[in-house]
Amino acid sequence: MIELLKPTIYPIIIMGGMGAIFALGLGIAARVFYVYIDPRIGQVEELLGGANCGGCGYAGCSDCAEAIVAGKAPVNACILAPPENIKKIAEIIGVTVEVEEEKKVARIMCRGTPEKAKRRFQYMGIEDCRAAALVAGGDKDCEYGCLGYGTCVKSCPFGAMSMGRDGLPKVDEEKCVGCGTCVRVCPRGVPHLLPVSQKVYVPCNSHDAGKIVKEICEVGCQGCGICRKNCPEKAIIIDKFLSIVDPKKCIGPDASCGGKCMDKCPTGAIQRIIS
Amino acid sequence: MEQQVWTFSDYLLLIVSAVFINNILLIRFLGNCPFLGVSRKMDTAVGMTFGVIFVLTCSGPLTWLTETYLLKPFKIVYLETLAFILVIAVFVQLTEIVVKKVSPGLYRALGIFLPLITTNCAILGTCFYNMRFKFGFLPSLIFSFASACGFGLALILFAGIRERFEYARIPEPITGTGIGLVTAGLIGLSFFAFAGLVK
Repeated sequence: MIELLKPTIYPIIIMGGMGAIFALGLGIAARVFYVYIDPRIGQVEELLGGANCGGCGYAGCSDCAEAIVAGKAPVNACILAPPENIKKIAEIIGVTVEVEEEKKVARIMCRGTPEKAKRRFQYMGIEDCRAAALVAGGDKDCEYGCLGYGTCVKSCPFGAMSMGRDGLPKVDEEKCVGCGTCVRVCPRGVPHLLPVSQKVYVPCNSHDAGKIVKEICEVGCQGCGICRKNCPEKAIIIDKFLSIVDPKKCIGPDASCGGKCMDKCPTGAIQRIIS
Repeated sequence: MEQQVWTFSDYLLLIVSAVFINNILLIRFLGNCPFLGVSRKMDTAVGMTFGVIFVLTCSGPLTWLTETYLLKPFKIVYLETLAFILVIAVFVQLTEIVVKKVSPGLYRALGIFLPLITTNCAILGTCFYNMRFKFGFLPSLIFSFASACGFGLALILFAGIRERFEYARIPEPITGTGIGLVTAGLIGLSFFAFAGLVK
């Protein structure tokens, strides 16, 4: 009788026994090697953007959450998290936060399409701006302008950028969250983060002297200062041959000034942002 | 069970065979999920490689012991699959718990790969090969280690090539996994050149 039952009972005993012993072993190990993890880290991580974009300066959202709980990063470090989430995080950590900055979006500070800006040579290497910038400083005559190989487009974690037909990247204002990944990967710093409400800007990145700009690019800012002279609000400053609009002072293109800066610019380098 | 005495050259042949000629990834086509999944970046590929080498080198002999001293005496070898999965899963879990406590740095590097390895068929497949080839304890240990090294070799080679895809002009319809599979096939073909090196 027992001989007959053996093939049935042995598997049950052996497998069951193995399972029980392993379970016991794991249970004991889990106790012995218990590691305390701050439960707040998980809570904070859930409130963050969850895109691992790196806009906060940490490797990922879980790293950022750890830094916030440890007090190494501010509670509003995440640019993706909506204000109500920031408030919740502040509650979890036990601090108060009042900062509520306006959303920023990336703007491409260059209008030098292949037709308008000259190129020194034909670049045939791998299709990446960082690589192109290493070859004799890039194939564009302008040392500040967009090279147009789309490194920013490829690196955008939100798919907010696309390469336009004119050979310059375009930013989808709706999708852009202002994480600044494009700013970090661009070898020339062409994308800039500007407040979403800013309606007048100078889409040029060149600090070259006016004469040089005139030679190599049809649409570059020469730093002549005509826009500054014509601005009643003194919202424009010239920094090394490049005109920069101060978004805090600029009252917009449709205000009482009538957008004189744009009308008077000889190269059309100062522009209204159309979204 | 051990028909012949294993000499040093036998072990050497076993290692060469497992790493190059019968490469677990490219010739036997086991473990293709992590092969495509974690090969986008060199860092993750290297992490996965060390995870697999560690887990396989340990679980190969462990499953050998299970089969030889538990399943065979009680004549329940047909439960091999179940028992092996149990042993591997428990071993991986245990490792994870211990590493988390003992070395948080190592846990950060390997941590996410450990649960992935539990379900890696390269591990289970190698454990089965150990039994099919009727290896003794030491050969099974060596074979497991060499198989894992072969896995790592293929994975790191592949990751090195795949990293370059970032900057290459790939035809639109086969970007991503498509070009990955094409490349995997080509590397597999190149590994066929080793066939016939050892019987």
